[in-house]
Amino acid sequence: MSTRGVTITVNGEARSIECDPRTSLLDALREHLHLTGTKKGCNQGACGACTVLVDGRRINACLTLAFMHDGAEVTTIEGLATGDALHPLQAAFIDCDGLQCGFCTPGQIVSGVACINEGHASSAAEIQAWMSGNICRCGAYPGIIAAISQAAGRS
Amino acid sequence: MFPFSLEKVRTEDEALRAAAAGGRFLAGGTTLIDLMREEIEQPRHLVDINALPLAEIRAEGSDLLIGALARMADVAGHPETLRLHPLIAESLLEGASPQLRNAASIGGNLLQRVRCPYFRMRDAACNKRMPGTGCSAIGGLNAGHAILGTSEHCVATHPSDLAVALVALDATLRVRGPEGERSFPVEDLFRLPGETPHLEHTLMPGELIVEVRVPDGPPARKARYLKVRDRASYEFALVSTAVVLDIQDDRILSARIAAGGVGTRPWRMRASEAALIGKAPVREAFSAAAELAVRGARPLSGNHYKVDLLRRTIVRALEMAGDMA
Repeated sequence: MSTRGVTITVNGEARSIECDPRTSLLDALREHLHLTGTKKGCNQGACGACTVLVDGRRINACLTLAFMHDGAEVTTIEGLATGDALHPLQAAFIDCDGLQCGFCTPGQIVSGVACINEGHASSAAEIQAWMSGNICRCGAYPGIIAAISQAAGRS
Repeated sequence: MFPFSLEKVRTEDEALRAAAAGGRFLAGGTTLIDLMREEIEQPRHLVDINALPLAEIRAEGSDLLIGALARMADVAGHPETLRLHPLIAESLLEGASPQLRNAASIGGNLLQRVRCPYFRMRDAACNKRMPGTGCSAIGGLNAGHAILGTSEHCVATHPSDLAVALVALDATLRVRGPEGERSFPVEDLFRLPGETPHLEHTLMPGELIVEVRVPDGPPARKARYLKVRDRASYEFALVSTAVVLDIQDDRILSARIAAGGVGTRPWRMRASEAALIGKAPVREAFSAAAELAVRGARPLSGNHYKVDLLRRTIVRALEMAGDMA
């Protein structure tokens, strides 16, 4: 199988990889770039654990192939904090106890950042609807909604 | 996932040449990549069409034109969609998740494959996946399946919300292929399963969806989409209904009704529509029309509830549209 060169700017840094065309954006991040913050949950677009921002828009990294994003800018959970300073939504997840096991949390936070940026975080009901692509098996939803509300109020 | 070769194209002509050579178009990928990973889809050659200039959304008079590569989220939020056909935004936002709506294209939304669990279960019989093997849903778990347009070979519903709205709005598709360009109603894109459920749409080999045209913006403003489902968001329809009403002086001049979740294709309810013409927009008229919609319904072992739910969903959607200023 021939490989293909792909260059993606990940969290502000241009990264080039050689990969099989079948490589998902998720596997490119995790297996090639060793950015394992983005999680592989269902691997079929149902759970949202793999949510990343591509050119500022949240998508499921498992349902897209790396080669489709040659030249794109990708933001993962690793790219949200500034040095040791957490992103406001990361801090809010801690404040509001927005997690239990933590597996879905990177996807929740990246998706939540987009939810706020899109202007879809003005009420609990709106957050519920616009965060429905992120499933939490532990059922930490009240804390997740509180965290997004808190961060949206500050931004 | 089986190996494939890959080509990125920049123009429609390049795309058509690649498809004529046997390539399979890749747009948002949210259906295709998922099914390739499951090895239900096994394309040998992928043609990435995302660089084609087909993502524009614009008005032409009172018609709304949507490029086939426009993403669901962009169409749903576009000012011309909201001005001319808010029904389309409503149907789009009732579908999928924000992440999927950012990725999935309009052309791909219309061509998405069914969500019947047996279609994805490679150790189960499925005439759509493997013709001649039988239909596991007919004697299986079929609470989510169709009651209209079914055959003894397939009972899967078409999953698109957008398609229901487009069928109600008499939208047309413009496609390009080896034989040139043609336009036809969105409704005619979808085939009934009959004896050939593996054939789902009427595109010719190598044809590319270029654009969707939704006619007559302003008269269609009394239009609503109602979706009933197991959870409030990010779930496929049990029953959905798109209605478009033109009411003047308390009389219904025209009515268009389409339903999702109940048919093997988006289902236009023409008998119900005809029954509403000239009537006052009140519940008695809506109920009588809804009764006509379920004539000919053939429920399966697990989905009798859909007959009554379809009636009620139509009545409620008509009331919601009728209440609009």
